[in-house]
Amino acid sequence: MLYSDKVMDHFNNPRNVGVIDDADGIGEVGNPVCGDIMKITLKIDDDTIEDIKFQTLGCGAAIATSSIVTEMARGMSLEDAVAITKKQVAEELGGLPPAKMHCSVLATDGLKVAVDDYLVKHGREPIAGEVKSADPNFDPHADEDDHDHDEACEL
Amino acid sequence: MDTPRRIYFDYAATTPVDKRVMDAMMPYFMEEYGNANSLYALGRDAYRALEDARERFAKGIGATHPNEITFTGCGTESDNAALLGITARKSPKGGHVIVSKFEHHAILEPAHLLEKRGYEVTYLGPREDGIIHVEDLVAALRDDTVLVSIMHGNNEIGTIQPIKELAAAAHQRGALFHTDGAQTLGKIPFDVAELGVDAASFSGHKIYGPKGVGALYLKRGTPFEPQILGGGQESKKRSGTQNVPGVVGFTKALELMLEDQAEESPRLAALREKLTSGVIERLENTEQSTDVDPAHRMPNIASLLIKGVEGEAMLLQLDNLGIAVSTGSACSSGSLEPSHVLLSIGCPPEIAHGSLRVSMGRFTTETDVDYFLEVLPPIVERLRSMSPVYDRMFGSSAR
Ligand SMILES: Cc1ncc(COP(=O)(O)O)c(C=O)c1O
Ligand code: FES
Repeated sequence: MLYSDKVMDHFNNPRNVGVIDDADGIGEVGNPVCGDIMKITLKIDDDTIEDIKFQTLGCGAAIATSSIVTEMARGMSLEDAVAITKKQVAEELGGLPPAKMHCSVLATDGLKVAVDDYLVKHGREPIAGEVKSADPNFDPHADEDDHDHDEACEL
Repeated sequence: MDTPRRIYFDYAATTPVDKRVMDAMMPYFMEEYGNANSLYALGRDAYRALEDARERFAKGIGATHPNEITFTGCGTESDNAALLGITARKSPKGGHVIVSKFEHHAILEPAHLLEKRGYEVTYLGPREDGIIHVEDLVAALRDDTVLVSIMHGNNEIGTIQPIKELAAAAHQRGALFHTDGAQTLGKIPFDVAELGVDAASFSGHKIYGPKGVGALYLKRGTPFEPQILGGGQESKKRSGTQNVPGVVGFTKALELMLEDQAEESPRLAALREKLTSGVIERLENTEQSTDVDPAHRMPNIASLLIKGVEGEAMLLQLDNLGIAVSTGSACSSGSLEPSHVLLSIGCPPEIAHGSLRVSMGRFTTETDVDYFLEVLPPIVERLRSMSPVYDRMFGSSAR
């Protein structure tokens, strides 16, 4: 398993780490399988993401995808932001190892939950749709092929 | 610029080949390349080298007869052969087998296969201290127990099992006893007669020997159905042209380990203590994976739980600084399950998440340990500061 240079760059120098204190929207999601957790805070103005910060407890891919999602979403409309897919996130990073594709779900889901949090707080309808990683029975591999996995080796 | 530092702290995964081992092997690649089973001089020379190694290897582990040693292709093969080969000959129609829960997959996978073949397998758990207790084995043994397999030193948490007592308990109920000695051979005393085992597995690359060579000890008279069939080499126990350079190297490696053991073992144990106590002093919410007495720990393996960080992230950050370690975190495994070893000692998955195995060896120095103790804390503190839940989970005390 190898991470691309861009993944390593975002892992080593993550952008937008932290918490916005007076955030308009907050999203916290977890991956119940491996135990990783991600939190996104948003500053929203005129339905546009003005500022975005993240915190992540997780693997290299989880940190890198969180970081890149904050860069992608900054300045986006709420509608565009919730439409970001895990595939786009992975592409933006120059690809992810198959066994790590699920990590990017954390990042896109965190963003979705944060946007909906803002909308609901303002009495509006949520727009993100179903968020898989908020479900405790979420299987991060449900939509992957078996052969996608580098099997773990015990050394 | 300085050349980047390289510190290898993963000797439990594999080791570099020792120069003296390499030198011993060299002639058998291009000069003495004969097939040990050929009758002409070149073959006879190879045969002599092979049998000389077998005799020395047997002596090195306290075996009575050289033909109790079967050379194999790796530690995994030895483990597979022991489990499948002994059960197939002793009790071909099924029976009861006991293996510990924290065996290497080289034992667990053939144990699963035995279940498919109709055997009943008990997966015996260690206690929280990382030890398989004799009373627990006694309680699990049955009249129809054919074979018990419990590893000598655990490759992840480094605990040493009371093999002598465990083997005696198995024998009392008429069961045979195998131990996986891949991690302990040469590092702590390993004498098959003293331990009283019927079978044992070893691997060359864990002791500065080459990769791709292993050994299986089978005490005389131990029932064994060969698992690799062909030309009948290794007294029909393991077919396939013998890897003469590998066997010669493995044997040389074992002898070098034994020569050094009395000094090397306490030297490494002191480094292990320095490293573990140093990490625990410098970082809050950090502990060893078990609090078993140091006498029951392998000298070279430090097993730490660094709470509130994820192991793969820690591993990659250390790698940036040229330090190689390993982790049992779920994220670092293709299956997204935390290490079965840590789970078996009752470690919750979120704590196994931050597990770190630092394993040391022949070329590890105190300076390496000092460097590690200097660079680890800032890495952990930075990762903890990036975590959304560190304060919530582990109190809001200072990082
Ligand atoms: C305890 C244990 N058993 C077996 C093995 C397998 O040995 P090999 O890599 O030679 O197949 C290893 C190492 O990977 C090990 O640590
Ligand atoms: S989030 Fe756990 S493997 Fe990446």
